[in-house]
Amino acid sequence: MKSNGRIWFPAGVLVSLGLGWFGFPAMLYRAEPQPVAFSHKAHTGQKGGMKCEDCHALREDGSFSGIPGIEKCAGCHASAIGSTAAEKRLVDEYVSQNREIPWLVYARQPENVWFSHAAHIKLGKLTCEQCHGEHGKTDTLRPYEEDRISGYSRDVRGNPGGKKMKTCEDCHGRCGVGQQGCLDCHK
Amino acid sequence: MTMDTKRKRPARYGMVIDVDRCTGCGACMIACAVENNVPPAQPEATDRTGITWVRVYQIHNGASFPENRTAFVPVMCQQCGHQTPCVSVCPQQAVDVDRETGIVGQMPQRCLGCRYCMAACPYHARYFNWWDPVWPKGMERTLNPAVAPRMRGVVEKCNFCQGRLHAARERAAAAGRAEPKPGEYVPACVEACPTAAITFGDLADENSAAAEQARGGNTFRLLQKLGTEPKVYYRSSRPWVHQVAQQDFGRRKKEEIRG
Repeated sequence: MKSNGRIWFPAGVLVSLGLGWFGFPAMLYRAEPQPVAFSHKAHTGQKGGMKCEDCHALREDGSFSGIPGIEKCAGCHASAIGSTAAEKRLVDEYVSQNREIPWLVYARQPENVWFSHAAHIKLGKLTCEQCHGEHGKTDTLRPYEEDRISGYSRDVRGNPGGKKMKTCEDCHGRCGVGQQGCLDCHK
Repeated sequence: MTMDTKRKRPARYGMVIDVDRCTGCGACMIACAVENNVPPAQPEATDRTGITWVRVYQIHNGASFPENRTAFVPVMCQQCGHQTPCVSVCPQQAVDVDRETGIVGQMPQRCLGCRYCMAACPYHARYFNWWDPVWPKGMERTLNPAVAPRMRGVVEKCNFCQGRLHAARERAAAAGRAEPKPGEYVPACVEACPTAAITFGDLADENSAAAEQARGGNTFRLLQKLGTEPKVYYRSSRPWVHQVAQQDFGRRKKEEIRG
């Protein structure tokens, strides 16, 4: 029987590429939806008019507050604003019970990484958008993706695949800062 | 207001340990272990296999009674400034000398556990994790979040409390400064010493107390003949301490031991 290599070979290449390109990454990461449907757009847009710093602030000692606690939400959402099902869930399950929302933090660093927002904002004069992109204007939270092997978050800066040491190194190299020792950023 | 947002010149952090003041109490060793997440020793650990980033050695002048004298010498990583032995032998580039601070840094995640650096270190200041770290139940809540625990199979050592340098840098950054002011960054052992025997500071800053003491009389460094230019200085008014410091007094405790 004559094998038809002209068809089978490219088809095999395509299948392998497809598996490597789409199948493997899907296998490597586990996606999980965020516990609450949160819209940054609703808060920062015309309706809310809030700034990033209103919720995510630097503390006096330079540490970063991260995601605000439930008391911050309760400041406005003590009772439901609007009548969506998600809003009702937020008030019933979290605000009225004074329970913290178990957010899945995209930007959580591995335990051996030291990252200081203060150094980047105060000394580097970076804006939030330079690293986090348009995250503050998005309407939905994308699913949290966790590396099945390391347990680390896949994306730290709003762009999938963005959380690599290379990203840090590139910027530090361009700006000529802190590329001296491993322990500048590792602990 | 001027903002000092760029680093001026590289620092050379170092310390001067006054041997005449050291009482051998071991508070530095405890403070160090607590600060740097060194777990309690395994029951089967020995002097050779246990982990103590700073180790207080007792030295003797070798004379018999009534001329016998003893002293205590805390030995941590000496932060060698010239041809740092551990850096030159590491096949993994898991050790580097930070050009900004002069601190010899160890990256446990890169370490493959060959222990070549331990053989190279003339001060026996490097330690191998023979076991996975285990904290008694409840004690894991006392872990310092500024320091990542290490795993079995890697080497670790003193890095002048890098976590404290990070914290000090973050506080400085919040105030708009690139580097902490003198005194804002102090390792745990320095802080814990009840007799204030350790003076820590930037040796490159001529006005720092550490630089002043290092320049002063009666100072010496361990195994000076090797030319490793450690950034840890010692001082004593007793000549015999100077002599013993030039011998490899850690060897008996660290190498010639079974188990």
